[in-house]
Amino acid sequence: MSVLAQQLVLGLLIGGLYGLAAAGLSLVFGVMKVLDVAHGELIMLGGYGAFWVVALLGIDPFAALGVVIPLALLGGGLLYSGLFSFVVRADEETRVKNSLLIGFGLALALHALAVQLWTADERSIVTPYGGAVIMVGDLAIPLVRLLSLLLAFLLLGGLHLLLARWRWGKAIRATAEDWQAALLTGIDVRRAYLLAFAIGTALAGAAGTLVSVGYSVSPSIGLEWTLKALIVVVLAGLGSMIGTFVGGLVLGVAEAASAAVFGGPYREVVGLVIFVVVLVVRPRGLFGK
Amino acid sequence: MLELRDVDAAYGDIRVLSGVTLAVGAGEIVALLGPNGSGKSTLLTSIAGLLHPRGGTIRWDGEDLTRVPAHLVVERGLALVPEGRRLFGGMTVEDNLELGAFAPRARRHRAEGFARVYALFPDLRERRRQLVASLSGGQQQMVAVGRALMTNPRLLMLDEPSLGIAPRLVVSIFAALAEINRAGVGVFLVEQNVQAALTLAHRAYVLESGRIAGQGSAADLLHDPHVRRAYLGPLAVRHS
Repeated sequence: MSVLAQQLVLGLLIGGLYGLAAAGLSLVFGVMKVLDVAHGELIMLGGYGAFWVVALLGIDPFAALGVVIPLALLGGGLLYSGLFSFVVRADEETRVKNSLLIGFGLALALHALAVQLWTADERSIVTPYGGAVIMVGDLAIPLVRLLSLLLAFLLLGGLHLLLARWRWGKAIRATAEDWQAALLTGIDVRRAYLLAFAIGTALAGAAGTLVSVGYSVSPSIGLEWTLKALIVVVLAGLGSMIGTFVGGLVLGVAEAASAAVFGGPYREVVGLVIFVVVLVVRPRGLFGK
Repeated sequence: MLELRDVDAAYGDIRVLSGVTLAVGAGEIVALLGPNGSGKSTLLTSIAGLLHPRGGTIRWDGEDLTRVPAHLVVERGLALVPEGRRLFGGMTVEDNLELGAFAPRARRHRAEGFARVYALFPDLRERRRQLVASLSGGQQQMVAVGRALMTNPRLLMLDEPSLGIAPRLVVSIFAALAEINRAGVGVFLVEQNVQAALTLAHRAYVLESGRIAGQGSAADLLHDPHVRRAYLGPLAVRHS
């Protein structure tokens, strides 16, 4: 029994990162109607970015978020201007198709680049307190992963407030709901797209940082994280960042439960089952608007 | 003053407007009449900058607006209340109104804007924290007019403001339009309720199959037998 409970706790902890990974994808898709299948590669780059920042500046990996997030905002802005600003000129149906092509191309390019720069080996950031564990009864909770979960929650809570209160946050939500109506109120919709994409990339950078601390990064983790994020987006639905976080936790726990009950190889299957079932039963997701 | 000269517009291969020439003077109320599918909505979306015309020019106080993007058309003082209202249903009344004051010029007049909208539609002040999706059609139309007013327009364009709304609320919306016009704002109105539109308007144009088929003072058109037969229905003819 305690083995199962231990598995579920670990599932909950990684679920927070699933939520964070999905939030960026959800924001970009909800606002721009663009499916960025290179989102996982952006997470991967974020992980290596954090690795560098920690190595070069010698700071704590959680503090490295303070460097990685602004860099990712900037990188996202450039990526939008260079690639995705052309996609959003098309009508909405064409957008998804074109963004898939661009996204897959980008994913391959970033993967190849990462292999060239850092080899295909797995890496993770080592911290002095990396092995620390908090015992609750006979459950062992790794400190680093607990901190990651808390940070993921704080980041998504912050994003929720940003979208609810900030002038451009409201403009981003308005654009997501009806971009033509947004134009009619005087919102520069292209700028809302730019901001949404930059914020989405910053979320990927933050997720990557937390992945490289509590888990590990390699050039090939991108697709796996894109899939997790996609499952969470479908599960949670668009439009609620807190809902996305909860969706991530649900996926993490469901994976752990299925691994515990059916064995390790079935960990990944449950996500796909959730994906199909939600699409059939409740296409707008658990918390979708 | 708004001037359209020889405006052609199309969706893909489907031509919707052909050589439309019309003008709306400062502070004037002008109605645009015509059957369904005659291109009335297309005309308004073209002026608002959501659809760029294939040919012709749209001028606003002498400045060429033909290629100006929609969010900058708003900044220049033209606001459209689109067909079906197109509100942000997941947001509150207040957030919808506030978004109307998004552009820099409108933001400077935000406080006056709120005061003006709440004076016109006192209902909205009480419901300002409610989600727009929870309001009735008539109340939503008030929010839509309010959101457009928040952009601080000099010309307010409305596409079918009475569609699907309780008659009592149609009366108060038209009263509000008259009030808005008294403050010097021009009104350009597409409306199925021709009786109401011609009673409010100073002048009107008739659009048929994408061409201007007639124009005149509202009073003349209200008594024009062709207009009465075509747009006011058999009842109106029988009463006349």
